[in-house]
Amino acid sequence: MAFLKNYIKEVFSAVRSSLKGMGLTGYYALHHKKEKITQQYPDNRDELILPERFRGEVVMLHDENNEHACTGCTACELACPNATIKIITKFDITPEGKKKKALDTFVYHLELCTMCNLCIEACPTDAIKMAQTFEHSVFDRNKLTKVLNKPGSKIKEGIE
Amino acid sequence: MYRETQIIEDRSTVSPTGVDLEGADLVINVGPQHPATHGVLHLVIALNGETIKKVEPHLGYIHRSIEKMCESLSYRQFIYVTSRMDYLSSHINNHGCALCVEKGLQLEVPARAQVIRVLMDELTRLASHQLWWGAMAMDVGALTPFFLAFREREMINDIMEETCGARLTMNYMVPGGVMVDIHPDFQRRVKEFITHFKNKIDEYDELVTGNVIFQNRTKNVGYISKEDAISYGMSGPSARGSGVQCDIRKLYPYEVYDKVKFDEIIETDGDSFARYMVRMKEMRQSLSIVEQLIDNIPEGDFQAKTKAVLKLPKGEFYSRVETARGDFGVYIISEGGTTPYRIKFRSPGFSNLSALDHMARGGKIGDLVAIMGTLDLVIPDIDR
Repeated sequence: MAFLKNYIKEVFSAVRSSLKGMGLTGYYALHHKKEKITQQYPDNRDELILPERFRGEVVMLHDENNEHACTGCTACELACPNATIKIITKFDITPEGKKKKALDTFVYHLELCTMCNLCIEACPTDAIKMAQTFEHSVFDRNKLTKVLNKPGSKIKEGIE
Repeated sequence: MYRETQIIEDRSTVSPTGVDLEGADLVINVGPQHPATHGVLHLVIALNGETIKKVEPHLGYIHRSIEKMCESLSYRQFIYVTSRMDYLSSHINNHGCALCVEKGLQLEVPARAQVIRVLMDELTRLASHQLWWGAMAMDVGALTPFFLAFREREMINDIMEETCGARLTMNYMVPGGVMVDIHPDFQRRVKEFITHFKNKIDEYDELVTGNVIFQNRTKNVGYISKEDAISYGMSGPSARGSGVQCDIRKLYPYEVYDKVKFDEIIETDGDSFARYMVRMKEMRQSLSIVEQLIDNIPEGDFQAKTKAVLKLPKGEFYSRVETARGDFGVYIISEGGTTPYRIKFRSPGFSNLSALDHMARGGKIGDLVAIMGTLDLVIPDIDR
């Protein structure tokens, strides 16, 4: 008799617990319009706002005179764990006739970058920063190797 | 010496896959590309009818030699690699490495950085347990919880994205503190999350914990005793389900864990349901830790001043932290240079996986996935 009692009790508790879960699922089925969670990615591109700290790719900042703040000190190159950055320097002749080390080409391999932010931390002049772009797919791998300083750009006055 | 020809000869006495059959009827392979193993884990299972005679995990499919890689990276650089091990608790892995380097440098971390670190750790633990809860319910056949879990996890990911700049592999902990200060919106958004999640965790219980089907699938399944759990080296929630006191946050408190109030959750049943309950209760504890700290972030620096090039003195350093899966240890041998001479990571998943054979043996094949679900395995953490 005790066995039968337990059995019936178990059946009822099973039904009750299932109904409880079903009730919750049903609630969400009825209220799905108020709580919309999923965003359809390519359609929401216009209203998609990424936080300002989001790490998409490394870019070099240029002002309106096409001037950057990179001195070519290679601190970022040394800080990078994956050899993503390669800096080629040249020697500029200053008006006083002295030789001065300056940036020639800032090569950035996007395909090797893990967005660890160590280069931006290492930069003493804040010449580079992380951009919010994230759609990096291209058909040719070579397109991922980028030169970050714009053609004809030169270093800002007063940055050592 | 064990020569190659001898290995081939020995194999002829067992099975082509190298498993001792022990009179089993059938040997089946689960994985390495099977959705239920949550990664590239290869299990060779010897069966007798439906009863499991032996489970043998074959590892190495996602081995990236992270330990060897770290030997060529400097003490600032190697931390980011460890986010790729246990990617669900990447903050806590980074934390362990940063602690070990700080121990070598004898560096004092500012109070603000300590609190931020603990906050991030607990949020990561919550996110990890949420994903585990969804995946665990999916393993036993319920699909809805997975979507509910991801809804809450998305809130934590958004908070991480805003402050750290990335969603999964943050690289936020650096030797001496944290990389950048918290975002001005951080506290408001975490408080929003706390009030949101407090209601939702009751829904979790309503939907899965109380369900009779779920309870029948997990109760008295995958039993491991306290002694066996210790001898297999299990740690974290999986071992605490068997009554082992092993919470590093309580036993060897680091940062501000000795100042916050929380309980070490211990269940004594040792079955799958006990391990499930430990994680469910741990989520509430993590929530209470976040609640205690979020309004009490002290002012000050978020990073201690360090030299440009870090050099650890000659010697051996070991630090351990409690990740969402258990005891994570970092062991550095330094020769006094800028790169470590040797690094060893003690990952919790490896030891927890070794107990799978003991748990599943004698059980049914249908229960194997449920047992694996309660172990909360992350395969890149096991292989490294």
